[in-house]
Amino acid sequence: MSAGRRILALHLGVLAALLLLQFALPPYHHTNVARILVLAGYAIGYNVLLGYTGLMSLGHAMFFAAGMYGAGLPVYYLGVGAPAAFGLGLASGVGLALAFGLMALRTSGPSFLIVSLMFAQALFLATLYFNDVTLGDQGFILSDKLAPLGLGGAQFGFHEPGVKYNVALAIFAACLATALALRLSALGRVLIGIRENEERTRLLGYDSFRYKLVALGVSGALASAAGAGYALLFSYVGSTFASILFSIYPLLWTLLGGVGTVLGPLLGTALMFYLVDTVSGVTSSYLLFVGAALIALVLWFPQGLLGTVRSRWLPWLP
Amino acid sequence: MAAVAPLLATQALSKHFGGLAAVREVSLQIQSGEIRAIIGPNGAGKTTLVGMICGRHVPSSGRILYRGSDITALRPWQRLRLGIAYTFQVTSIFKGLSCYENVALPAQRGLMQGFFARLAPGEPAVAARVRAALEAVGLADLAGQRADELAYGHQRLLELAMALATGPQLLILDEPTQGLAEGEITAFCALIRRVAEQATVLLIEHNMQVVLALARRVTVMDAGEILAEGTPAEIERHPAVQKAYLGR
Repeated sequence: MSAGRRILALHLGVLAALLLLQFALPPYHHTNVARILVLAGYAIGYNVLLGYTGLMSLGHAMFFAAGMYGAGLPVYYLGVGAPAAFGLGLASGVGLALAFGLMALRTSGPSFLIVSLMFAQALFLATLYFNDVTLGDQGFILSDKLAPLGLGGAQFGFHEPGVKYNVALAIFAACLATALALRLSALGRVLIGIRENEERTRLLGYDSFRYKLVALGVSGALASAAGAGYALLFSYVGSTFASILFSIYPLLWTLLGGVGTVLGPLLGTALMFYLVDTVSGVTSSYLLFVGAALIALVLWFPQGLLGTVRSRWLPWLP
Repeated sequence: MAAVAPLLATQALSKHFGGLAAVREVSLQIQSGEIRAIIGPNGAGKTTLVGMICGRHVPSSGRILYRGSDITALRPWQRLRLGIAYTFQVTSIFKGLSCYENVALPAQRGLMQGFFARLAPGEPAVAARVRAALEAVGLADLAGQRADELAYGHQRLLELAMALATGPQLLILDEPTQGLAEGEITAFCALIRRVAEQATVLLIEHNMQVVLALARRVTVMDAGEILAEGTPAEIERHPAVQKAYLGR
């Protein structure tokens, strides 16, 4: 099997397995996996910037929140339907990412990290400050405002577990396909060149600023698609999702699963989700266990789980 | 010679780093098709000069003309698209990537014209260019090898292959033979002669044997200025050069 076919088979296989998984899962895990799929889409978006382009952001919650509010507010106040709301969320995230990039990409390394953190904090504080519109950290519920999806005469309500799961899977699949196509494209090769050695890449004929802006736009698009999907599927929009914690999560998920691997963010998100889920059933100090897991990761798998798998056993893994 | 417009000309080009004048009012002309060597002691300003030509450094004053047009304000990636390629003095390859990927990045550049080609320039065409560049430097068998696993001499060749893959018209080599063994240097000189059939070569070089073997004209720099210029034989006889550089 050629490398290209093997890669395609692997990723289609993962998607098929996820599609079949819904019939085997008990109800509790059914919802959990739907959540994981949307959040993994967010992590994939984060990884486009960190893993492929080498830019570490601590402000990605702003893109997730832009998607969330961009989709949620029109539903709540204007009664906009789900597809249009999703589009608005996506557009908000991409617009924010490009505007942010034009300013922030003048910096790199630790300065970029700090600038991204500051912008995200500004957006977080704005969601609190305008709390007569956003309802601040209390947030708002969408379920009674959101019309069910109509498709060929049939109606699909977002409260139905099957709809939740499959829409989540569709969002995840779109994020995964985007990341994989980017990774294997000429554009992806330029981004990896920038990650490895930016000056060399410039001297090989590439305007690195423009390519980084594109990467940020794609990353913001995926993060906001996940944010919009999360708001619509789980029916809640609140400031918590714009907080720094939600900027740190995709970093942790990506580090755990493997920075710069296409499937790593899914693995990292799933493992961390269930680690927190399992441990918080036992103790309220679940962050202690998250910390211990991260120390173990840094000590034994500094490239993340799939990063280690790739360097030891499967060099063709994208 | 004055009748032919030079491929590259610098006019009173200067570069100051704070109070230090690294390059002072250098006016240099390079004709199409020649192999030019720039020699001079460490700190003479050679790397800074070629850094301004390829766009790594912004000149403090002066102009750079390429094929008669002013490129002083162009950014490095724009100059590369005009055919100016540069190889680093300190090997600057993508160490974590395979040789193939190292060369594929510059190789696809020329194929990324137009919207769709920019997204997907066509891997077979890229692969053909990569193969040609790796074959030119004799690394075709190592295409799948990770760059940081190559021997030092092979890393230098990979750096050259990356420049060749851009299809250069002016190839700037910054101390390409530094750290190479005797046998490798001989092979390298033969390679540069082959490259020079297609491209103009500007070479910074410490090894006088390489300079004498390759260059048709030699420019001597010292303390940021041009000290002398001429054929290798003239340069060897030049009293100021002997004093300043050859140490006789």
